[in-house]
Amino acid sequence: MIDAFLLRALIAGVIIALAAAPLGCLVVWRRMAYFGDATGHAALLGVALAMSFSMPLMVGVIIIAAAMALTVTFATQRGNYAMDTVLGVFSHSALAIGLVAAALLPNVRLNLIDTLLGNLLTVSPNDVIMIAIGAAIIFAILFVFWRSLLNATLSAELLVAEGGSLLRDRLIFTLTLALFVALSMKLVGVLLITAMLILPAAAAAPLARSPERMVAIAAAIGVASVIGGLWLSWEADTQAGPSIVVVATLFFVVLNALPRR
Amino acid sequence: MSPLISVKNLAVRQGKRELLHDINFDLVPGEAVSLIGPNGAGKTTLIRAMIGVIKPTTGSIQRRAGLRLGYTPQKLHLEQLMPMRVDRFLALSGEKACTKRDAMLDRCDALRLNNTRMTDLSGGELQRVLLARAMIRKPDLLILDEPTQGLDQSGEARFYALLNEIRAESGVSVFMVSHDLHVVMAESDRVICLNTHICCSGAPEQVSEDPSYHELFGARAGLAIYQHHHSHSEDCNHD
Repeated sequence: MIDAFLLRALIAGVIIALAAAPLGCLVVWRRMAYFGDATGHAALLGVALAMSFSMPLMVGVIIIAAAMALTVTFATQRGNYAMDTVLGVFSHSALAIGLVAAALLPNVRLNLIDTLLGNLLTVSPNDVIMIAIGAAIIFAILFVFWRSLLNATLSAELLVAEGGSLLRDRLIFTLTLALFVALSMKLVGVLLITAMLILPAAAAAPLARSPERMVAIAAAIGVASVIGGLWLSWEADTQAGPSIVVVATLFFVVLNALPRR
Repeated sequence: MSPLISVKNLAVRQGKRELLHDINFDLVPGEAVSLIGPNGAGKTTLIRAMIGVIKPTTGSIQRRAGLRLGYTPQKLHLEQLMPMRVDRFLALSGEKACTKRDAMLDRCDALRLNNTRMTDLSGGELQRVLLARAMIRKPDLLILDEPTQGLDQSGEARFYALLNEIRAESGVSVFMVSHDLHVVMAESDRVICLNTHICCSGAPEQVSEDPSYHELFGARAGLAIYQHHHSHSEDCNHD
């Protein structure tokens, strides 16, 4: 018999891996790995604030992650610093501010290791339902706007010239990413959310012939990584997030070592 | 005829820098207009404003109601990891019929590239594919941002020949940013010479005699006129 804790974590993990696939591909295609990091790291501050104001954790995380994603989007457009520098500043300061806030704010009692690295035991039945609903929202939004998201990835000018909206593209991308951060935070941990997005997508790239095929392969690799990683975490008592990412890394290395067709 | 696009008193500022000011012109149906100017003159800024990516700081850009715009960017942000083949790229325009996409690729001498990865295209091939994508939307106005940058002499000639055929067949208006002064002088109905403001504009013969044109382009300007009048062969092209 499979344990209820492990079963819940598996269901949650598989759903997260499926939602990560299209978002992760977009992050990779747009070279926005650091952006994912900044948004992910902001989750820590979200958790601390939510606890301090006794709000539901996911709500706090969505608000702070979305605020961070929007701030970064507009800050990078101002162009005073190199994109790379702005994202580095936001990403690391978000983490640092979150850590300090967690220590200073009243009523915050969080297990720092679990928050940073994920713990499959913390996933409650309620969380699974929230994760399923959140992932359904992400899928629906990405499905409806997929063509426009691909066009914006290729050329902002082309998107606008053909009647699309750049603002809408930025809002969709940042808000679905913030939602994803809130969903995956408990299982994967704040530090490794970007890895969950990027690794399956990057591993899938050499095998894919079309954007959609790449998403499908990334989803398969993500699901396999979650199953393998959670099994490792369960059997060897390792942290859930790093365990999943280690398996995903194995996929990345093996698929890149295969001879190209 | 009512203009396709009417630019009135346009100015664009970024922080303290004035990228464009006092820009006034109309584009009328069927016209081929070239935009020339040195680096940093604001050519790309003007194009971005006309497309609607950036808002004018002051002034206005009015489009004729229902205007269909075709646009070819100077380059695409093609990440190596994005698997995108030419046919799929065309489909992203919203054209669902595969036969129509193939027909347009064929028209642009690019049908054999149908199944090629976008990242594997040469500069000339990419421009023909971009042109196919722009034309598949049956635009009234085609905006081209330096379509022949990085092409060699023969690639450039081939592209302009194709563009001329397409213009003749469809009657599409063309607004093009270009560095190739000799082509501009030979192929345009009207030339707009930009250096944050419009220095001079008019028919190619008119512009080529304008002092401000010579000031901007110096020796290259003379070469272009020479090219135009005698339609000389390749050996004169040094730029």
